[in-house]
Amino acid sequence: MNAAIRDCWLGFSRFVAAFGAFQIFSFRILPYLPKAVLRPRLITEQIYSIGALSLVLIMFGGLFVGMVLALQSYNTLVEFGTIDLLGAFTAEALVRELGPVVAALLFAGRAGSAVASEVGLMRATDQITAMELMAVDPIRRVVVPRVIAGVISVPLLAAIFSAMGVLGAYLVGVHVLGVDGGAFWSQIPERVDMTTDVGIGLVKSFIFGVSASLMGVFEGYNAAPNAAGVSRAATRTVVITSVWILLLDFIVTGLTLPEV
Amino acid sequence: MQSERGIDISVGLFILLGLGSVIFLVMQTLGLGQVNSGDSYTLQARFDHVGDLKLRAPVALAGVTIGRVSGIRADPLEFRAVVELRIDSNFSNLPVDTYASIASKGLLGGKYIELSPGGDEEFLQDHDEIELTQSAILIENLIGKYMLKGTDE
Repeated sequence: MNAAIRDCWLGFSRFVAAFGAFQIFSFRILPYLPKAVLRPRLITEQIYSIGALSLVLIMFGGLFVGMVLALQSYNTLVEFGTIDLLGAFTAEALVRELGPVVAALLFAGRAGSAVASEVGLMRATDQITAMELMAVDPIRRVVVPRVIAGVISVPLLAAIFSAMGVLGAYLVGVHVLGVDGGAFWSQIPERVDMTTDVGIGLVKSFIFGVSASLMGVFEGYNAAPNAAGVSRAATRTVVITSVWILLLDFIVTGLTLPEV
Repeated sequence: MQSERGIDISVGLFILLGLGSVIFLVMQTLGLGQVNSGDSYTLQARFDHVGDLKLRAPVALAGVTIGRVSGIRADPLEFRAVVELRIDSNFSNLPVDTYASIASKGLLGGKYIELSPGGDEEFLQDHDEIELTQSAILIENLIGKYMLKGTDE
């Protein structure tokens, strides 16, 4: 009994310690952000490896999520004779919810884990220590460019995901299921609002981008310097980032829905 | 690792694609992404009430879409709604006594304009006006009428 309580207490205190370490790490990065624009080459390299290389996955995901969404919602809407709403329905779901969340989850799996294992391997092979010895600040050289690149990439990826999803829904809805093309597009502006829906989607994906990329570098930077530590960092990044994204999504949605 | 130039190009393309997607979504939600395809001509029709007829709603002949609603505005002199219809040029032989009515697809479906051609020998030309129209039937008004009828008896 005592042992169980002690285990719970240990687990809890470890969680709080990790959470606190993450906050301190985030605050340590803050003063570096303005100076990072002086080295744009570092940022573009990272945007290439974590943003541009995620593009195919994101576009494929968006297209198929949109197509499935169209099939599913058609099935319900046709019972009420309201298939004209298919465009508005899928666009609203994608722009507000699915685009930011699924794009960020895919990003965590594709790029977050890559960042964590890359930085973790740098730690394990003493590259980070070597930088410190050469008076190169590893946070400035390794961590900050990856965070900035992630924060820039995720909103763009989410927008691409949503746009591909709407196109996928258009393909299935109009060309396969026979929804009227004009009605598909004309219902969208009636029901999807630019500031509340597209704007909130962008705000959400910005928040997810910050948390996903911070988590990746944090786990990598603090990984145990061995093979198991690197793989643990990659796994933890994906798991913790996914949990955070879903949690933050619930909070932001609750705060921004007008009728709750 | 790719060359610096290759990285620059793919990063540029990625960011352009992302911004393009944002613009696409904003344009669609603001209703600015109009699509005009093929030859068409414009007709006008005046209605007492258009209900919730939307821009780009279909214009149907015998149930088949042959055009789109391209404009809805109120006439400040007559106090009626003026609807512009953009119709496929293949159907340039609609008689002048064609009848335009606002119909709806199912109880909750969107509104569209149904054209019923008459028998006149003259055809409607570009920018002509359809004289015979029937307004949208507002379900709320119908319900109201039936409820009043019930109390009278």
